[in-house]
Amino acid sequence: MGRFVVRRLFGMVAVLFAVSVIVFMIFNVIPNSNPAQALAGKNATPTLVKSIEEEWGFDNSLPEQYVTMMKKVFTGELTSYKPRIPVDEQIFERIPATLSLSIGAGIIWLFFGLLLGYLSALRAGGWLDRLLTGVAVAGISIPVFLIAPVLIYFLTYKVEIFPNAQYVPLTEDPWEWLTHLILPWFTLAILSIGFYSRVLRSNMLDVMNEDYVRTARAKGLSERKVMTRHVLRNSLIPIITLFGLDFGATIAGTAIITEVLYSLDGVGSYAAEAATKFELPPIMGVTLYGAFFVVFINALVDIVYAYLDPRVRLGETASA
Amino acid sequence: MAIDPQPEAVTAEGPGADFPSAPAGVSAEGHGPWYLAFKRFTRNRVAVAFLGLFILIVVFVLAAPLWADHVAHTGPNKTHTLEKLHVGDEVREVVTPEGRPIGPQWFEADGKFFLGADSRLGRDEMVRLMYGGRTSLLVGIGSALITTAMAILLGLLSGYFRGWVDTVIARTLDVLWSLPVFLVGLALGVALAVGGLKIGPLEIAGGSLWIPVIVISVFTVPYIARPIRGEVLALSEKEFVEAAIAQGAGPLRVMFSEILPNLASTVIVFFTLTIANNMLFEAGLSFLGAGVQPPNSSWGTMISIGEELLTTQPLLAIIPGVMILLTVLSLNIVGDGLRDALDPRSKIRLEAHAGMVEPKGSSV
Repeated sequence: MGRFVVRRLFGMVAVLFAVSVIVFMIFNVIPNSNPAQALAGKNATPTLVKSIEEEWGFDNSLPEQYVTMMKKVFTGELTSYKPRIPVDEQIFERIPATLSLSIGAGIIWLFFGLLLGYLSALRAGGWLDRLLTGVAVAGISIPVFLIAPVLIYFLTYKVEIFPNAQYVPLTEDPWEWLTHLILPWFTLAILSIGFYSRVLRSNMLDVMNEDYVRTARAKGLSERKVMTRHVLRNSLIPIITLFGLDFGATIAGTAIITEVLYSLDGVGSYAAEAATKFELPPIMGVTLYGAFFVVFINALVDIVYAYLDPRVRLGETASA
Repeated sequence: MAIDPQPEAVTAEGPGADFPSAPAGVSAEGHGPWYLAFKRFTRNRVAVAFLGLFILIVVFVLAAPLWADHVAHTGPNKTHTLEKLHVGDEVREVVTPEGRPIGPQWFEADGKFFLGADSRLGRDEMVRLMYGGRTSLLVGIGSALITTAMAILLGLLSGYFRGWVDTVIARTLDVLWSLPVFLVGLALGVALAVGGLKIGPLEIAGGSLWIPVIVISVFTVPYIARPIRGEVLALSEKEFVEAAIAQGAGPLRVMFSEILPNLASTVIVFFTLTIANNMLFEAGLSFLGAGVQPPNSSWGTMISIGEELLTTQPLLAIIPGVMILLTVLSLNIVGDGLRDALDPRSKIRLEAHAGMVEPKGSSV
């Protein structure tokens, strides 16, 4: 187990380095434009561009430029230029909204996804299963930018059940925090609910064919015990990996769009605002920090998974 | 897999004749696997119905110039800010002095402003919807083609040569795989939209459609390349590859005329699902301003414009969203149907996922 953890952490560091190089290339090498101009954003004054050029040392060699970028990212010197605000400050201010949104959505999708998946596996082939499968396929294909406008229009304007989004900090007013987040949570969760229910269903159907399930039945366990203790438990292990990966990907993906749609002032909407102004430092900061976070979560998930399923870490050493 | 004992399998005609591992029994009636897959697909009524829906959507967007020239008499980017619309005896302003665009006219104005105007610019929403669909489908299909081509090439090289070639390719794919794809795509989209891209003699302007196509295809390669690599690894152990090598076939011939035909069913299924996935990716990027650049419309940009008028003209945001849903849903269901038809034992697992990132745990 120790060896596996070390290997995995080493792999994580390698990926983090690769990520930072890719981000560096994206901003400084690949685009066919003056990087200083791009950092300054649309319609920047020539003096600003000139000062950014000197600040970042764009006439230095590429490795030197890379070091400059990484220094700026890690010492918190990354600033957006119009207006001049440190990127770190902005990101930290907005983290609570992003985490509230994604953690809440994660809990909802896990709960409903597993519940629906369990029900449809129990009734595999029946009408409930077929209904749930249909709902799941539809759920998987609904883009957030359709769910959100529909929900907002009907549930906040037509019938004023929910308040019009915006984020209210939990510490300020827990009730408002909750009511403001319910629609965003479900918007973000719906597609994963559909997906998770299908994954759990097919995992459970696979496990039901295993010998140990037959043994459990043969020794006279009640059907309920067989399903919960043996089938469900073993079907949940792969879900853990999936959830870890999806959770990271959601924060860095669909959550951005959801934040914009519901005008939640999260990290994602910060990046999106910067995108519309073609201003790069905020995007650079969010991309790098976001990538680090996702890579870290992925490594963590792998380690947890290896702990739960010895075959993974044994396979890893055997192939090494 | 056991060698097919039935002699019919050997005489099977068509492209399926290359399938040495065709499921036992399928050739009992003397038909090739492709014919049988086609039969299986047409028996799946839901999949056939959704294929029909997809074809309807394609026809709808292809008809854009017809509608624009003969019904709406305007173009997708033409503004009508100060114009008035004569409906019977009534005169309606396309954009009110307060900047409110006209709502859906349906057929009252002979099809002009069928779905209303899009914003204070007073562009015809219906015309933009049709042209925007062209953009969305073009980016989706174009990037899916590039993704698939790159994935096949990388998968073949990596799975066939193994050794250091495999190590380099597999590690690169691992890194791409672990990136927060959407966020990095957003960054690349914005960075390229500013100044465009220059690769050697090839220069692409910032507003070009090629930018989102390239961004999307690069980041979706690992989702297909990894499963293909796995399949190539397994296939290259098979007797028919050994036989080909014994006959003196070079690596190129083995890869492209022996192994590639056996990947056909995987590739077809992945291709379909990748179009859906890439369309969602494009819509997301365009929604945030990092994909298709104005004045071009795509369903994603239309939603972001329409969303500002959600309280007064909800259809402006909802209709393009419904179009995306229908397209993605039909491609997902057709993809599922193709998988069931081509690969009854379902080795291939991937779904386009409205999260724009495929579920990673479910690869082969």
